[in-house]
This record gives sequence, structure tokens and C-alpha cells, in this order.
Amino acid sequence: MIRYSVEEEYKGMIDAYQKAGGDKSVLESKDTAKLVVHENRVLANDGIKGLKIDTEETESGVRVNFTIEKGTKIDRPVHLCFGLLPKEGLQEIIMKVDAQDDSEVSVVAHCIFPNAVRVIHKMDADINIGNNAKFDYKETHYHGEDGGIEVIPKARVRVGKGGVWQSTFSLSQGLVGKLDYDFEVFCQEKAVAELVVKAYGRGSDDIKILEKIHLDGRGARGMAKSRLVLSDKARAEVRGETYGNAPYARGHVDCMELVNGTEAVAVAIPIVSVTYDTAKVTHEAAIGSIDRRQVETLMARGLDEDEAVDVIVKGILK
Amino acid sequence: MLVVENLQLKLNGNPIINGLDLRVDNGEIHGILGENGTGKTTIANLIMGTNNYRPTGGRIIFDGEDISKLSVSQRAKKGITLAWQEPARVEGLTVRDYLRLSSKNGQADQIERYLLMVGMEPKQYMDRDIDATLSGGERKRIEMASVLAMHPKLAILDEPDSGIDIVALPLLLNGIIEMNRQGSSVLLITHSERVTEIAHRVSILCAGKIINSGAPLEISRWFKNNCLTCPHINEPTY
Repeated sequence: MIRYSVEEEYKGMIDAYQKAGGDKSVLESKDTAKLVVHENRVLANDGIKGLKIDTEETESGVRVNFTIEKGTKIDRPVHLCFGLLPKEGLQEIIMKVDAQDDSEVSVVAHCIFPNAVRVIHKMDADINIGNNAKFDYKETHYHGEDGGIEVIPKARVRVGKGGVWQSTFSLSQGLVGKLDYDFEVFCQEKAVAELVVKAYGRGSDDIKILEKIHLDGRGARGMAKSRLVLSDKARAEVRGETYGNAPYARGHVDCMELVNGTEAVAVAIPIVSVTYDTAKVTHEAAIGSIDRRQVETLMARGLDEDEAVDVIVKGILK
Repeated sequence: MLVVENLQLKLNGNPIINGLDLRVDNGEIHGILGENGTGKTTIANLIMGTNNYRPTGGRIIFDGEDISKLSVSQRAKKGITLAWQEPARVEGLTVRDYLRLSSKNGQADQIERYLLMVGMEPKQYMDRDIDATLSGGERKRIEMASVLAMHPKLAILDEPDSGIDIVALPLLLNGIIEMNRQGSSVLLITHSERVTEIAHRVSILCAGKIINSGAPLEISRWFKNNCLTCPHINEPTY
């Protein structure tokens, strides 16, 4: 339901989302469950049967309680839209998610900061995925070209027996600014966790990624994957950690960072650990330049070098 | 169309291509037959300008212009392309997008046809990435489809048959013949006499030099009588 007093603000968010390449019809549709928050104001909160979104505006942001009731399977993705249109400001999202047993939902979050010069966006999430519940979370950021933004997403996720948590964090539009991503997942028996981070660092972007998965239940599985491309003077440090703490746990850490140019800096720190002889955790980490053969393959089809690099970068971050 | 004159390449002081002369005419499929290490892939790289290879001597003339100093893109825009022996894999790039960008000067609406021409079912492949999930043979056939989509004036095909199974090989060879019918000249680099059967002319490469050229049957006989019995591998005595 849109509050008329903030209609203009709402329109501003939707327009900014569309300018960034998003499909604004999903945020305008009455059939779509959604939550739209600008700064610390809730502009829209449309739930759906079996999904409850309770919000409380705070001085610097919003508290959100997101509950999917037991056995509820939501067919269409739920959209969350957070953002800040002014050049300066702080937005803190404190989120509590309760995906109850046997529920299933896909959540698409759009974070829009097109004009940020001195902006901080923080998210602190406490997430509980029930037994045999499935939660798919995709967060995409749309930033401007100033790079004056600090993004600090943190989440602690517990996945119950047979539950599934999948998340993808993408930041490839506009300058990253400063990113400090920290997601930690605890998996019970036969639970599955997949963490994916994709980012394109340019200018003097500063990126820190921590993906941590604890495979605490028998047969739990996890993958921590990251794909980063760095140009100019961008820096990135990626830590992918997976701990196989139970029999037959299976985990994999997969980190790839591509450096384009001579001044960008990439660091990858994979940590894998097992405490059972039947558990297995593997890792692969690769840091390098954009593959010359890939570039030449596309150039041999008539693309200029810059166009070829662009196609390759977009593919990696897709 | 393509005239290569006295082409030379030295790498770390070692001669790799030694005064190579070659001519590919308009509408011709020209086979280059040679054993391993004779310089076949090096010729492909020199003509396309890939792998940072630049001739240390000689000229590469395409449509009357020396292209030796042009970039890969500039050569491609003039109508030359290359299908690699081991094509690159690109994560996140779908077959559909790869064929589309290859055919940007051609007919984008016909990209499914190019896959069919190399024996691949579009529904099965269009939305797959050209990444490590494809087998070597699948990737090679997609490479050929992308060359077909480009409608080049000159297609350099480096070992198009390697990694291709016996069922797919005739399809691939038919694809090359069709490409030629549609107006592309082809420089067909191979170590297989079977593949050179579709060529109009064949040249034998040894130690970075063309040592004989002629009709496929004639060259095949000459190759058997001289090269297969030659004790001087990659050291021509002619």
C-alpha cells in the first residue's frame, strides 16, 4: 500500500531503479509482494498470503521482520527495494527472517543509490531457514559513478535439516565505493548453502568479502563462490571459508578474481577445514588477468578490444 | 585475395617460419598439410595477428593491402577470421550471444541455422554457456558455427577436425563446403589428408616453408611418397 504523503519519494525510487536497468513494472504490480524503503521510510509494504512483512521505522533506517509461514510456497519472487536518493545519508536495515519449515520463497532485493557522494548502507540480517525450507535471495546494487558509498551487508544464516539457502550478491553497475560483505551460514543435517558474490571494482573501489560456511550436520553441503573483476586502482580481498564439521559433509570454495591493468590489487584467502575423515572440502582460487585468448577470440569476430573485454567481464559477473 | 610473400618469423632467435610463400584465391578452399611442429598454427596466428605474433620479415597482403601491422579487430573488420584449434571458453557467454556477436554484420535472425549446419540442435545448445561444461568437440562445432555466422571473406580454420567424432566430421566438412559456396575463401590447416579432400588446392608445409602445392590427389600422392618416408622430419631437403 503506497502512502500518498510519500508518493513522490516512491516515484523517485522506481524511476531510479528503471534508469539503472531494472524492470519497474515488477515494483508497480499489485500482484507482487514487495517492500520499498527509502532512507528510513517505508513507502510500500504489500504482503501475500503466507508471507508477513512487519516493519518499524527507526532513526537511521528500518527494522524488518520477514516471516514465511510453515508450508507456504510463494510462486512469484518477492521484491525488496532499499535505497537512498540524496547525495548524503545513512540507511540501516535490521532484518530478521523466519522461513518456517517446508516453506519456499525467492526474494529479489534491489539496492538503489544513484547519487551517493557520502552514503552508508548497512544491513544486519538474522536469518533462520526451517527444516526442508528453501530460500533463494538475490541482491543487486545500482550505484552511481561517484563511488561515495559504503555498503556493509552482514548476515548470519542458520539452515535447518534438509533446508536450502542460496544467495547471490551482485554489484557491477556504477562504482562499488567501499564494500564490506560478511555472510556466515550454519548448516544442519543435509542442509545446503550456496553463497555467490559478484562485483566489478573500478576507480579506487575497496572491496572486502567474507563468505563463511559451517557444515555442522551430517551430509550438509556448501559452496562459497566469488567472481570479481578489478580495474584502475580498485582493491579486493576475498576470504572464502568452509568448515566440514560433520560426517559426509561436502564443501567447495571457488574464488576467481581478474585484474585488468597494472594498478588494481586482488587478494584471495581460501580456508578449508575438515574434522571428520568422511567429510571433504575443496577449494580453487585463481587470480589473473583477463585471458588473452578469450579477448582475441572475440576480436577475431570483429569486436574492438574494449568491447571484447566488456563482453568477458559481463559474462563473468552475469 | 591473400598473398603471403617471403614470410619469416623468429622466436627467441629460432627460425619458425622460413620464407613462406602462399596464395589463397577468391572462392578457394586452400589446404595446408603438415606434420606436428611444422608451423601450421603459427601461420594462422601470423595471418590473424593473434598471440602477439608479428612477422620478422616478408608481407601479408589481403585484398591488395599489407595487413601485417593491423590489430586482430582491424583484420576481422576487413573480413578475416580464425577458428582456433582449441577454442577459448568464456564463462557466462551463451552460444546464442556468441553467434549473435559473430553475425553482427550478417543475419542475426538466422543464427539457429548455423548451429544446425554443424549438426547441433539449437534448442539444446542456444542457452548454454561456451564454458567448460561443453565437450571439446561441441566447442569446436560452435566455433565453426560462429565462423559461418560471420560470413567472412577469408576463414582460417586451424585443425577443424581435431576432437571431432566420426559422426560429426562429415557435417563439419559439409559446413566448410557450404561456407565456401556462400562466398568465403578458406585456409584449411590440418594434418589430415582426409580433410584436404574438400580443398581445391593443397600446400605442404615443412619447417615453416611451403615445399609443394597442387591439386589434393596429386599432393596426397606426393606427400605419401616423400614426406611419410622422409628421414628428415621437419628438415626439408627439397
